[in-house]
Amino acid sequence: MQEIQSLMGGFAVAMTWFNLALMFAGVTLGVLIGVLPGLGGANGVAILLPLTFSMSQQPGGTTSAIILLSCIYWGALFGGAITSILFNIPGEPWSVATTFDGYPLAQKGRAGAALTAAFTSSFVGALVAVILITFISPVIARFALKFGPPEFFSVYLLTFSAFVGMAKGTPFKTIVAMMTGFALAAVGIDTVTGQLRLTFEFTELLKGFDFLIAVIGLFGIGEILLTIEEGLEFKGAQAKLNMKVVLETWKELPRYWKTSIRSSAVGCLMGIVPGGATPASFMAYGLAKKMSKDGEHFGTGKVEGVVAPETAAHAAGTSALLPMLTLGVPGSPTAAVLLGGLLIWGLQPGPLLFVEKADFVWGLIASMYLGNIVGLIVVLTCVPLFASILRIPFAIIAPVILVICAIGAYTVHNSMFDVWLMVGFGILGYVFKKLDYPMAPLVLALVLGDRTEDSFRQAMLGSQGSLSAFFANPLVSTITGLALLLLFWPLISKLITLARGRNGA
Amino acid sequence: MQKRTVVKATLAALAFTAVSAFTPAFAWEPTKNVEFIVPAGTGGGADQMARLVQSIIAKHNLMKQSMIVVNKGGGAGAEGFLDVKGAKGDPHKIIITLSNLFTTPLATGVPFNWKDLTPVRMLALDQFVLWVNKDNPAKSAKDYIEAVKKAGPGKMKMGGTGSKQEDQIITVALEKQSGAKFTYIPYKGGGEVATQLVGKHIDSSVNNPIEAVAQWRAGNLKPLCVFDNERMPYKGKIAGDYSWNDIPTCKEAGVDTDYVMLRGIFMAGGVTPDQVKYYVDLMEKVRQTPEWKKFMEDGAFNQTAISGKEYSDWVAKAETLHLGLMKDAGFLAPGKK
Repeated sequence: MQEIQSLMGGFAVAMTWFNLALMFAGVTLGVLIGVLPGLGGANGVAILLPLTFSMSQQPGGTTSAIILLSCIYWGALFGGAITSILFNIPGEPWSVATTFDGYPLAQKGRAGAALTAAFTSSFVGALVAVILITFISPVIARFALKFGPPEFFSVYLLTFSAFVGMAKGTPFKTIVAMMTGFALAAVGIDTVTGQLRLTFEFTELLKGFDFLIAVIGLFGIGEILLTIEEGLEFKGAQAKLNMKVVLETWKELPRYWKTSIRSSAVGCLMGIVPGGATPASFMAYGLAKKMSKDGEHFGTGKVEGVVAPETAAHAAGTSALLPMLTLGVPGSPTAAVLLGGLLIWGLQPGPLLFVEKADFVWGLIASMYLGNIVGLIVVLTCVPLFASILRIPFAIIAPVILVICAIGAYTVHNSMFDVWLMVGFGILGYVFKKLDYPMAPLVLALVLGDRTEDSFRQAMLGSQGSLSAFFANPLVSTITGLALLLLFWPLISKLITLARGRNGA
Repeated sequence: MQKRTVVKATLAALAFTAVSAFTPAFAWEPTKNVEFIVPAGTGGGADQMARLVQSIIAKHNLMKQSMIVVNKGGGAGAEGFLDVKGAKGDPHKIIITLSNLFTTPLATGVPFNWKDLTPVRMLALDQFVLWVNKDNPAKSAKDYIEAVKKAGPGKMKMGGTGSKQEDQIITVALEKQSGAKFTYIPYKGGGEVATQLVGKHIDSSVNNPIEAVAQWRAGNLKPLCVFDNERMPYKGKIAGDYSWNDIPTCKEAGVDTDYVMLRGIFMAGGVTPDQVKYYVDLMEKVRQTPEWKKFMEDGAFNQTAISGKEYSDWVAKAETLHLGLMKDAGFLAPGKK
């Protein structure tokens, strides 16, 4: 129980009034950053990094500095859900899956319930991940080392498999959407050959299609165009506006304990590996849809459909800090900036950090507990406030959303071209909705296509072109096997039913 | 309330910076915020250095205006370079470079050249070290290269950052010099490469010191040689009894290959000598701070730092070197000679 002792020491480090104040400040800032699409957690942390530099020079100041920055990170994780639920605009990539059921819930007038479910699940996911970090971090760190290119590819394959078949349209439309996503993801520099692809000598296309710009356009602008057509009105304006909704939702949540556990597990795995919070949220949503009794009604506004991605995203976001600390490999863009921070403050992330800077590490872990509690309090008390935004007349709020979307798209690369790109994606999103093409496969392919392709080709380079790399050891065989099983599950389950039917008859 | 406090504190800090900086009359100085462009993503070596410079300038009040770090890493850095190329005569934009200043236009054919920019000064040179897993039986670089040759062409895997960039160029140079043949596997970042080496998914890497030092200290990796013509000067103990200085040069170890990477500052074309001088002096002040010195030591950098004509000559020579290396390796984009 040495860990408990170290953790108590950590609490002693983290629990000063100054640090607690920093936590509140960090979480609040983070929520704001998460709400504004484009100004993601990574940007927010990067902007504030230099401010913490002088802070880290004081004794014990490094811990305060990382508490401030990591709390911005927690806040951004919480905040990403808000716009997804209220306006169908994911503030962060990992909240895309939250829109699938969160937005329909808000349209039904249950925005409060959706927000409460999202925040609470985020907290649960993070808590599971922190407990994991507290007690078995050395084991986890060793596990992460087992992941080479074939393993990464099999994990991405698993994500796609978990997600395929959940779209409601015809399979053909799903394929069209997914292939469009892959094509968009291929634009820009190719890691494996170092060549430019599909840029047609347009310098604007060098950097490829940023996921955030696509998402802001497809979801945000597309939704506004639809609403304009349907009569300039926000559905869901009758949202209840008191704290009772929090308690009522809490009563409902324990029913989804299976989903919570499954999503936490998926999230922790993806965070540690490090696959990232975005695939984790998609995978958890896909699995929940397949395995839940209510799965068929997912997408029409089910609380469970909010619980799954949010739990996984937060579990992944939290556990992503572990490979950063123990291996020096960031599990997310934000973790990458935090990592840079550690180096600038003169700390060396790596296997020895836990030994040499135990104070710092345990202070950080303790701040993960406290920061998330603080975060939950901050966002839950604001639920009625957030939900009341929906009462503002559409004619006022729509231009505001448009402006925020445009600023968000601009911020990603400081480029005006991206704003036009966003408008283009908005029109595409509108057309997709009108023609009943699913957008989720496009988004998933856009966010994961590049990494999936890289890991596949890295694996092929390593195995000299032999597909046996994906069955080379028990770990990768298991994941690949699971992925194939999930992919063909609709066929398999049909066969099983057929066989049973015959036996019964 | 919390948010407001932070904003207020930030404003106060900015105001303080603005008032307290003292400047001699007549010399040019920035009249608005300076954009510090990083032609790479967040978290990498160039990004870390840029953010450190930014923090040092803020902490020591070295500049009246603020410095803002902007990442423009698209198209292997082309995005950032084209941005500065297009800002002709704008003195409020500087860019930090890595070897992609040379490799990106050569490999992709994107139209820019360092001559479109104004060289300001070199900050340091980044070293490359040949690393293997601790369980690798090779005792020296020579042993390892022999083992690679013995295993047969393409059997041993060399991991590195990106494709047709510095890591792969070193790999090719090493192959040419020794006759060994690797399978080169490109990854997105240096930290990832080091971890892949610890997990034995690759056989060796040419990581920068700072990317692999944590794993060396933990006893997971071992360095075989440094790709420079002199040993690194740092004698402080790093891993057990070993210091950076104990790592032989690759030439000493019997595989005569060297390569260092430029970490330097450039401005847009068409700026005045006054403006260049301002940034030369500014960076000199940065280099004198204890924070910078510690960073140099932690990352075992080669602290050569030149400016003026000496610097442009160095850059021109480095360009010729890269052209030769990349031509030999067959990495040039069609239409590049």
